[in-house]
Amino acid sequence: MAIEIFTPLTDEVVARLKAGDNVRISGVLYTARDAAHKRLVALIAEGKQLPLDIQGQIIYYVGPAPARPGQAIGSAGPTTSYRMDSYAPILMEHGLKGMIGKGSRSRDVRDAMMRFKAVYFAAIGGAGALLAKCVKASELVAYEDLGPEAIRKLTVEGFPAVVVNDIYGNDLYEEGVRKYRVS
Amino acid sequence: MGCNGLREVNVADVRAAIEKLCVSANCNVPRETIAALERALENEESPVGREILKQILENHRIARDEGVPACQDTGVAMVFVEVGQDVHFVGGDLYAAINDGVRQGYTEGYLRKSIVNDPLFRRVNTGDNTPAVVYVDIVPGTQVKITVAPKGGGAENMSGVAMLTPAAGVEGVKRFVVERVEKAGSNPCPPVVVGVGIGGTFDRVALLAKRALLRPVGSHNPDPMYAKLEEELLTEINKLGIGPQGLGGRTTALAVNIEYAPCHIASMPVAVNLNCHVGPHETIVL
Repeated sequence: MAIEIFTPLTDEVVARLKAGDNVRISGVLYTARDAAHKRLVALIAEGKQLPLDIQGQIIYYVGPAPARPGQAIGSAGPTTSYRMDSYAPILMEHGLKGMIGKGSRSRDVRDAMMRFKAVYFAAIGGAGALLAKCVKASELVAYEDLGPEAIRKLTVEGFPAVVVNDIYGNDLYEEGVRKYRVS
Repeated sequence: MGCNGLREVNVADVRAAIEKLCVSANCNVPRETIAALERALENEESPVGREILKQILENHRIARDEGVPACQDTGVAMVFVEVGQDVHFVGGDLYAAINDGVRQGYTEGYLRKSIVNDPLFRRVNTGDNTPAVVYVDIVPGTQVKITVAPKGGGAENMSGVAMLTPAAGVEGVKRFVVERVEKAGSNPCPPVVVGVGIGGTFDRVALLAKRALLRPVGSHNPDPMYAKLEEELLTEINKLGIGPQGLGGRTTALAVNIEYAPCHIASMPVAVNLNCHVGPHETIVL
């Protein structure tokens, strides 16, 4: 059974989530990939204001395909998360509560999730056509010049994901592989 | 037919074929890959893995039925052209026509533009997914065979080349390939297709690995020794436990495809190039 969660995420909700939980997310997701992260982190370093309020929010690592007429968004599956590893801890320090992507995270990111009470979800990589159906609206927020890497505000309903890293230090990738490895 | 037995091919036809292939390849996952995913679903022991395989199959069905790309990463446009040596191209520059086809396909087909103009300093998106990566081979005959294989970044980033010594032998090759897939883990969107190149030179072996991915899932190298190695590697890789999306399971790879070439007496280059479970490619013969 999937757990229904709504954004923005509170500490209470985050504390309830455990690695392996299937969730359906409704509310707002902000899109950002490497290039946008680089700019956000530079703004924080300069003490400037971000183009979005990340308090309690979830960033979805995605660069969607363009929408056809009548679509809210084109195919929109997750990109590989480790490319954002060097930027993620500072965003969590500034209030980010969730990340959606695919693939495992570095030790630093996992430590930051425990310290700042944030979770990492995986969505199915390469299932962009399926996931796009959960996106009801898409709005440009910043960095239009980055094309598919611009920051967008997505309104989603029942977006399917699984908790990979919780605030207790569990990691679903490690657990899953250990279970099925034949040595 | 032109004079001297040459067949004239207008590059406008090449442009049109490329445009069509860019869109079609991204929306239509190869049937052999779908069949392999269905078999994997039957054999997968992990409940999470089975659920993921079901959703992947559903995704690929939606992509085909609705004509939308299966994955948002519609890749760098890899274009392989086999040109019959008795073909004479007319109507303009072949490479310009190929890039026009890519531009047209990615723009009109609502595909993602994923190319930056400079890898290091500028990194400005070119806005139309050009330039394509183009390989042209001259072959006998009067046909032009065009394959477009859009290649996503996530799986491509997990590639590797090793310049092994001949002494490393079959075991050395196996160790390198399995280690690459293990290191890649959940990143290249498993279940993956593993392209392996063996032999040639540093540059050629990488291309062999990439070309191996153009072979249908489930096909084997015609050389029985290499076909056996493909099977053995697939078994080893599926013991890793990585499973669908890296969340654990029996299905880490759908296939291992090996291509080989002669090499120097001192060398044994090996390359690994991975495809995700979408692994698109399509061909048109003009």
